[in-house]
Amino acid sequence: MSGDLAQGVPPPGDPLRGDRSSRLLGGGSGRSALRTNLIALGSAAVVFGALGLVIVNAPNWPAVQQAFFDGQVLADSLPELAQAFVVNIQLFLIAELLILPLALVVAVLRLLPGPAFFPARLFAVVYADLFRAVPGILVIALLGFGMPALGIPGIPSDPFVWGVIALVLLYSAYVSEVYRAGIQSVHPSQEAAARSLGLSRLQALRYVVIPQAVRRVIPPLLNDFIGLQKDTALVSVIGVVEVFRQAQIDEAATFNFTPYVGAALIFVVITVPLARFTDWLVARDRRRQLATAT
Amino acid sequence: MSEPALRVEGLHKSFGRLEVLRGIDLAVADHEVVCLIGASGSGKSTLLRCIDLLEPLDAGRVMVEGTEISAVGVRVDEVRRRIGIVFQAFNLFPHMRVLDNVTLAPRKVLRVRAPEAERRALELLERFGLADKAREFPDRLSGGQQQRVAIVRALAMQPQLMLLDEITSALDPELVAEVLNVIRELAAAGMTMVIATHEMGFARDIANRVCFLDGGRILEEGPPAQLFGAPREERTRQFLQRIVEAGRL
Repeated sequence: MSGDLAQGVPPPGDPLRGDRSSRLLGGGSGRSALRTNLIALGSAAVVFGALGLVIVNAPNWPAVQQAFFDGQVLADSLPELAQAFVVNIQLFLIAELLILPLALVVAVLRLLPGPAFFPARLFAVVYADLFRAVPGILVIALLGFGMPALGIPGIPSDPFVWGVIALVLLYSAYVSEVYRAGIQSVHPSQEAAARSLGLSRLQALRYVVIPQAVRRVIPPLLNDFIGLQKDTALVSVIGVVEVFRQAQIDEAATFNFTPYVGAALIFVVITVPLARFTDWLVARDRRRQLATAT
Repeated sequence: MSEPALRVEGLHKSFGRLEVLRGIDLAVADHEVVCLIGASGSGKSTLLRCIDLLEPLDAGRVMVEGTEISAVGVRVDEVRRRIGIVFQAFNLFPHMRVLDNVTLAPRKVLRVRAPEAERRALELLERFGLADKAREFPDRLSGGQQQRVAIVRALAMQPQLMLLDEITSALDPELVAEVLNVIRELAAAGMTMVIATHEMGFARDIANRVCFLDGGRILEEGPPAQLFGAPREERTRQFLQRIVEAGRL
């Protein structure tokens, strides 16, 4: 783990390239790097060790430890929590599969030219502004409680369904902006080249502009999906028993808060690898850009 | 007398308050090669982009084989199929291999089936010495190779007219010749071309007619021997003088 973080480092003797790459430990390669890395690890041990000592020696630590870090309660609740987390994964995966195309449609609507498409652009702008402005938990509550209450025949009453819909509406607003930035970053000469060959505007967008745009925005897209993964917990407010709700249930049964810590751990275990992967992609793209720039 | 391959009448174009083209009249016959010369900013590129309808015209008409393509209601996508344009900066599609760059428009616009489109593309690439690059991505090619691919990409649509917009200006000097040789071959094969260029030697070589653009007008035109040898206009003389001083003629 630490070795992985310390590497991804440019060749020595190239300070311009090395400076801004994301080396967590701050060392280069070779013997001096070993020394730098040892200092980095030692300094981390001192800082976090001291912090730990302060907490463990706090007056109420034994009570807190019992309430939040009870090993037995954790062991008892983890299987149930893991099972409930399957619901989070379902929410996440279904929502993501819907968000990817929907957000692209919104982004394209917003970029359609000419007065005839003003309604499309207006819709896209209002939609993106609205769903980025309202807190997610409110959107989920309003849809999850409000829509079934309308009593329209055929409208689903399953809170899971409304949870997915709310997450899709929320995150498509963000993701459409990411797509839009990507599309606008493709130089207009690419579209001109495509149009000059006789491709229609939509064909140029589909075969030339969007493929390049999507490649460029994969890292920020993954960032948004990390956020989505965590926000699946918000769906608990409309009664979906996912990992946070399960932790609440366990807490109510044991009068102990450790299940919350367990739920948090599960999120960490799932999300951190995705975050690392995103960072790796960003670093790789950066290296490629440097390689082609020379 | 049949209609000329291309006729431009009274073409005006402004960008904001800057009037770039101020009344261009130009007729190009079938199989004719016309070179546009003139200082940067004289309107050469804008003229070519207007002919391909990549820029909306402010006034004037563009006719290809007697059909007014600048008329309201003309389907521009269909017009552009008949006109090939090659840009200074190549503008290859970086996410596609060379072969896919060349076959995209035939497949999507002309609905040629993929195997047939690829066969024709490989023929063209072969003809211009690029067959071994068909599976490469553009960024693995030299500038000269990229520009030749861009020419092949335009040719794959079998255009009646080719517009070349300073296609060697972005190239290292040693790569210019390979691209110009391709154009010579096209001219020999009878392709109708309008070429904006700073390569005066090439223009003198290849052009049937040279047009000197100055301030958005065609100030002077004529056969290359006359225009380069005995220019009538003072401005043309000054321009050519500067070119000679720069060692480019």
